[in-house]
Amino acid sequence: MQKNQVAAGCDYVNFRIVVLMKPTPDPDKVRFDAEKGTIIREGVELIINPYDLPAIELAVQVKEKLGGEVIVISMAPPQGEEALRDAIARGADRAILLTDRRFAGADTLATSYALASAIRKLGNVNLVIGGEKSIDGDTAQVPGEVAEMLGLPHVSYVSRLIDIDYSRAIVESDLESEVVTYEAPLPCVLQVTLNVAKPRIPTIKGKLQARKAIVEKWSADALADIADINRFGIKGSPTMVYRVVIPKEKERKRIILDTEQGVKAVVDLLMKEGLL
Amino acid sequence: MKLRDYYPYFEDFHEDIKSLAKNVSQELEKRAREADEKGSEEIMRENLKMLAELGFLGINVPEQYGGQGLDERSVVLSLEEISRGCAATAFSLGGHYLAVDSILIGGDEALKQKFLPRLAKDSVGAFALTEPNAGSDAASIVTRAEKKNGYYVLRGEKHFITNGSIADVFVVFAKTSPEKGARGITAFVVERGTPGLLIGKKEEKLGVRASPTNQVFLDNVEVPAENVIGKVDEGFKIAMQALTRGRIGMAAQAIGISRLALQLAINYAENRMQFGQPIINQQAIQFMLSDMLTMLRASEELTYKAAWLADRKADVTLEAAVAKLFATEAAKLIVDKSMQIHGGIGYTRDQVIERLYRDVRILTIAEGTSEIQRLVIFRNIKKALD
Ligand SMILES: Cc1cc2nc3c(=O)[nH]c(=O)nc-3n(C[C@H](O)[C@H](O)[C@H](O)COP(=O)(O)OP(=O)(O)OC[C@H]3O[C@@H](n4cnc5c(N)ncnc54)[C@H](O)[C@@H]3O)c2cc1C
Ligand SMILES: Cc1cc2nc3c(=O)[nH]c(=O)nc-3n(C[C@H](O)[C@H](O)[C@H](O)COP(=O)(O)OP(=O)(O)OC[C@H]3O[C@@H](n4cnc5c(N)ncnc54)[C@H](O)[C@@H]3O)c2cc1C
Repeated sequence: MQKNQVAAGCDYVNFRIVVLMKPTPDPDKVRFDAEKGTIIREGVELIINPYDLPAIELAVQVKEKLGGEVIVISMAPPQGEEALRDAIARGADRAILLTDRRFAGADTLATSYALASAIRKLGNVNLVIGGEKSIDGDTAQVPGEVAEMLGLPHVSYVSRLIDIDYSRAIVESDLESEVVTYEAPLPCVLQVTLNVAKPRIPTIKGKLQARKAIVEKWSADALADIADINRFGIKGSPTMVYRVVIPKEKERKRIILDTEQGVKAVVDLLMKEGLL
Repeated sequence: MKLRDYYPYFEDFHEDIKSLAKNVSQELEKRAREADEKGSEEIMRENLKMLAELGFLGINVPEQYGGQGLDERSVVLSLEEISRGCAATAFSLGGHYLAVDSILIGGDEALKQKFLPRLAKDSVGAFALTEPNAGSDAASIVTRAEKKNGYYVLRGEKHFITNGSIADVFVVFAKTSPEKGARGITAFVVERGTPGLLIGKKEEKLGVRASPTNQVFLDNVEVPAENVIGKVDEGFKIAMQALTRGRIGMAAQAIGISRLALQLAINYAENRMQFGQPIINQQAIQFMLSDMLTMLRASEELTYKAAWLADRKADVTLEAAVAKLFATEAAKLIVDKSMQIHGGIGYTRDQVIERLYRDVRILTIAEGTSEIQRLVIFRNIKKALD
C-alpha cells in the first residue's frame, strides 16, 4: 500500500483524524448463552466500546488544537448507528458506518481490511486513532493490522500524547514494565489506552443535535473501487473458531508465609502496582 | 430495551436524555460512597457544577432563557438515572428544580429574565418553605415580609432547606398578610449574599448525606419588590404547584433507587452460594425479586404517566401525589427486600445497598410526607371516580 494514497501529508487546511470505534454490546445488558459459550447478540443495544471513548476524546482534543475534523468509522450491524450518534455527541464531525451482510462474520483480518479500505477511500487522513481493545472480541489486533495494511507507522499502548503538530506526534507508550517515548511522523496510527484522555460527557444540546446528524452508511460496494470485496466478511476470514470455553475460576493457591515476610511481600506488591 | 418499546409516554429524544443521564450517573457513582461517608458539600458542589455544564440545571428552562427547553419527562428520566449513581445528587438537583419551577410557574417576564438564565447556567437554587413549626402544615409559616420603601423586609427562620449552604438563589415563602392564612403568603427570590440572609447549621443526616440541609435565617433581609414571584399574597399556590412537579421528581428518584436495588439483589443472589447452590435458585428469593419488579413497574407507569400528563398541561395534583406515594413507599420495600437478599454483608458499608437503605428513607418524608400525599389524594378522590 502506498502511503500517499492514504494521506497527502500535512494538510493544514483540513487535518483529518479518523477514530476506529467498535460498537459493542452494552455490558449492563448482555446475556451469555452458557451452553454455547457465546454472547447473545440478537436485539442487544450497541454502545461505544468503552476503550474507544478515550480515543474519541483524544481525537477531539487534537482537533481543538490543530483544527480539522474528526471522522469516526465503525464496522457493525445497522444498530451500530446509535453508538455513532453518541460519538457525534461527544465531538465527532462525521460518522461512517460500514454495514452490509458482506462484512458479516469477519475475523480481525477481514475487519481490519474493511476499516483500512474505508480509510483509503476517504483519503487525506492525517491521524488514525484506535482503542486498546474491544470489550467483546478483546484481541487488541485491529489497529495494528490497519496500520500495516495502510503502510503507516503504528504505536500501541499510547497512554499520553505529549505533543502533536501537523508533521509528527510525540507519545508515551506504557508497556507496564517501562514507559517509552516515541516520535511518530504523520500520518500514523495510535492505539491508545484508557489513560490517554478522560472522555467528556456530551452536553444535552450536543446529544440532541446528534440525533439529527446523518450517519453515513457505506456498503461493501461503496469500497469496491479501492478494495477486493472478497476479502471482506466471512469470505476474507481465515480464522476458524474451533470452540469457545468459559474458563473455570482458579482455586486459590493458599500460600501461607510468616507474618513479617508476608506483610513485606504484600507491601512490595502494592507498591509495584502503584497502590501505595 | 428502549423505553418506547414498553411505555407509550415517550418520544425518541427521551431515549437520548436517558442515555446521557446514564453516562452522567456513571460518573457520579465513582464518588458517591466518598460523598456519603464525608457528607461532602465539596463533592456536591463539583457534581452540580458538572450537571450545570452539561445543561441539567436548566433542563426544563425555555431556550429563550438559556435553558434546554425540555419537558417534565426529561426531568423525570434525568432524576431517575442520576439517583441510581448518587441519590444525594439527585436529591439536591430536585431541590434546585423546586426553585426553578417556582419562578417558571409564578414569575413575570422580568423576573424570569433576571433569574432563569443564571439558574439554567450555573447558579444553584434552594426552596425555603419549611419552618421549625410549619412542616406538613406549611400554611402556618410565621416568617414575615413587610413592605418598606420599595423593599420587602423578611424576618424569620427556615429549616431543613436543601442546598442551603451551596445555593446562590433562594425562593423564600413569607407571610405578607398574616391574618389571611394560606392566602397571605408571598414568594420571593433572595440572592445569596443579601445582608441578613444567614445560613445556619448543617443537619447530620441518616441518608442523602452529601446533599446539604441547612437552617436559613432571615434577619431583616431587604428584598427588592421586583423579586416578588407573581402576585403578593399568592405565593402559596406557587409553592403547591412547584411541589406537585417536585413530587413527580421524587417518584422518579424512587424509581432510580428501586431499579438499582433490584439489580444489586439479582447480582448478589446469582453469585451467593449457600446449601451448595446460588441462592437465586430458591423460590423464596425468586418471589421476592418478582415482587420487587412488579412494584417497580407500577411505580414507573404511575410516574411516567404523571409526567406525560404534566407535559400536556393537565392538572396533575392527584396523579403526582399518587405517583409519589406509591413509588416512594415501594422503593422503601424494594430496598428492604434487596438488603434481605444480601444477608449480613448488605448491612455493611462495603455494599451499595447499605447506602441505598439510608438514602431511600427521605423520599416518603420530604416534599410532603406519605400522609400528606394521602390527604391530597383524598381531596381529589371523588373527582377521580367521575
Ligand atoms: C475467538 C473469537 C471468535 C470470533 N468469532 C467470530 C465470528 O464467528 N463471527 C464474527 O462476526 N465475529 C467473530 N469474532 C469477532 C471479530 O473477530 C472481532 O470482533 C473483530 O475482528 C474485531 O476484533 P476485536 O473485537 O478483538 O477488536 P480489537 O482488536 O480488540 O479492537 C481494538 C480496536 O480496534 C478498533 N476496532 C475493532 N473492531 C472494530 C470495528 N468493527 N469497527 C471499528 N473499529 C474497530 C477499535 O478502535 C478497538 O478499540 C470473534 C472473535 C474472537 C476473539
Ligand atoms: C433532608 C430533608 C430535606 C428537606 N428539604 C426541604 C427543602 O428544600 N425545602 C423545604 O421547604 N423543606 C424541606 N424539608 C422539609 C420537609 O418537607 C418536611 O420535613 C416535611 O414536609 C414534613 O414536615 P415536618 O418534618 O415538620 O413533619 P411534621 O409535619 O411535624 O409531621 C410529623 C408526622 O406527622 C404526620 N402528619 C402531620 N400532619 C398530619 C395530618 N394532618 N394527618 C396525618 N399525619 C400528619 C406527618 O406525616 C409525619 O409523619 C426537608 C426535610 C428533610 C428531612
